[in-house]
Amino acid sequence: MSTATKPTVATVWLDGCSGCHMSFLDMDERILILANAVDVVYSPVVDPKEFPASVDITIIEGAVSSVEDAHKAELIRARSKFVISLGDCAVTGNVPAMRNPYSPKELFERAYVENATEPADANARRMKLPVVGVPALRPHATPVHEVIKVDLFVPGCPPPADAIWFVLTELLAGRVPDPSALTRFGK
Amino acid sequence: MGKTITIEGVTRIEGHARISIQVDDKGKVQDAQFHVTQFRGFEKFVEGRPYPEMPSVMARICGICPVSHLMASAKACDDLMAVEVPETGVKLRKLMNLAQLVQSHALSFFHLSSPDLIFGMDGDPKLRNIFGLINKRPEFAKDGVLLRKFGQEIIALLGGKKIHPAWVVPGGVSAPLTAEKRETILASIPDALARAQRGLESFHEVAEKFPQEEEVFANFPTMFAGLVTPSGGLEHYDGTMRFVDENAKTVAEFSNPKFYSDFIGEAVENFSYLKFPYFKPKGYPEGIYRVGPLARLVVAERCGTPLADQELASFRAKLGRAPQSSFHYHWARLIEILYGIETIKKLLEDPNILDTRVRSRARPNRLEGVGISEAPRGTLIHHYKIDDNGQMRWANLIIATGHNNLAMNRGVRQVAERFVNGHRLNEGMLNRVEAVIRCFDPCLSCSTHALGQMPMHIELRGPGGELFDELRRS
Ligand code: SF4
Repeated sequence: MSTATKPTVATVWLDGCSGCHMSFLDMDERILILANAVDVVYSPVVDPKEFPASVDITIIEGAVSSVEDAHKAELIRARSKFVISLGDCAVTGNVPAMRNPYSPKELFERAYVENATEPADANARRMKLPVVGVPALRPHATPVHEVIKVDLFVPGCPPPADAIWFVLTELLAGRVPDPSALTRFGK
Repeated sequence: MGKTITIEGVTRIEGHARISIQVDDKGKVQDAQFHVTQFRGFEKFVEGRPYPEMPSVMARICGICPVSHLMASAKACDDLMAVEVPETGVKLRKLMNLAQLVQSHALSFFHLSSPDLIFGMDGDPKLRNIFGLINKRPEFAKDGVLLRKFGQEIIALLGGKKIHPAWVVPGGVSAPLTAEKRETILASIPDALARAQRGLESFHEVAEKFPQEEEVFANFPTMFAGLVTPSGGLEHYDGTMRFVDENAKTVAEFSNPKFYSDFIGEAVENFSYLKFPYFKPKGYPEGIYRVGPLARLVVAERCGTPLADQELASFRAKLGRAPQSSFHYHWARLIEILYGIETIKKLLEDPNILDTRVRSRARPNRLEGVGISEAPRGTLIHHYKIDDNGQMRWANLIIATGHNNLAMNRGVRQVAERFVNGHRLNEGMLNRVEAVIRCFDPCLSCSTHALGQMPMHIELRGPGGELFDELRRS
């Protein structure tokens, strides 16, 4: 199904709720058309592979929240020709950034010490905070463009499928789209 | 001296979940862990915010099942206000909840899991996805895409948008259903039913080909938990929370949500951001239980709609009253799709579904409230405390996927024990480790993001970190 001439598209989740990806799938029948027009080379919905060496269009959902998110963002930038911040989390920080007034320590204290029952002793729970094989949180969740250069912003929570379709088809036609008629912050 | 095998995100691009497997000198599996690698802090950062905001904020936990969070959150708020939601308000909430059940199950089965079944567990990883399916089985893929659309369209008709609608509010819903919208949805039902039935047929054609998977995909006795109606039928919005043993015998029940913490404890493990709920009376980790479609069909006596009950009868005739293999989550999910569509029709045919009294209003009358509902993946619990000004002081959330955390970890270990042998790795092992997790349809965006398919890069390392073997899927 892949030919060398088809433009390549990647979609990536950082710290978001996956709603932006679901809105992508809400293109419904248009997904069937898209499947023929582009190669989706990397995405949570295709069998994952290493992020390719070069991708034409990369869509990012979510804020940059963990050290791993930041690392991924940099890698994506280095390997993508055009990067889109999709949705309010990527564009502004939105919901993930609501944790910013608190330190990771306070957040963990609530989740793993106060709101847990095993081990039975609170101090024993404190000793068991998740650190093995999980990435550390950055002090603050930030929009994607605080970490890397972004080429196009598509706000919305999530941006409607029509806006995503418009942006992709315009880009494929060689134009830089203005999605502001189809979506806005908080929509 | 043992070794640890790590399965992690390719170049750490997708590493929202990873797996570690420890083997001993002889290459025999000692242990395995499923790491969930995202943390968001909702239980803390809602502090100080007005409680009526909660449904909209909490829905942003997850874009796959936002409606579930809307339900559990709105119900916790109803409890804070101590109000009764008008009858039609309840029915409309149920309608949206079932629409989501159908769309989410369609996504899990058609978009994410069926590629394994259609292309085979050892099929070409480049084709084994929804886009490959569009090419190989266009009609089947289209059924999946349009079934998901059926559910999403109902949500949009009721709530104004497909994802994160603001229509479910404390006390009920914000707007009634119009006759015109009712007709639109009713007209789409026969088509959706036909697609669901074709999906079941396709499933039966291929399901027989996976006896090995059936045998080791998290196949062990556990308790099951889920909501049931007062007469013991399948339920997703409200009802009695029931725990049964591995033979489907009831072990415990409670109908007032506030008692959940007498039955459910939450354990912390240092290798995962996702906690491990357990059945408290049995302790940790003996109190392992499963939730979700398979569990709901075990705890309930019946579905209560004709087509779903007919399929449930064959399910039980073939697999017994309480199937232990998590491979059967797929079939259970398809039965629930039938049930969802049939029940949506039933609700719409109810004469008072167009009633305009759909919301009760009140100030908060309690300082603490709990809401429980069934998300597509299992029981979801929201527990809030507020102050006299109606500002949030504290929240505890037990997410559907969390309940299955112990079973998923044990399932990964079971698959590893069967397929990891010696010091060599192979693609078949890798793929089945992904697939066992996929059976549970973990809503990893509730906790991480690996939607169904896990990124795979396996390294077999010695105790000093030296690389013994490596397997990469590209
Ligand atoms: S912008 Fe909204 S829909 Fe998108 S990831 Fe963030 S919360 Fe979810």
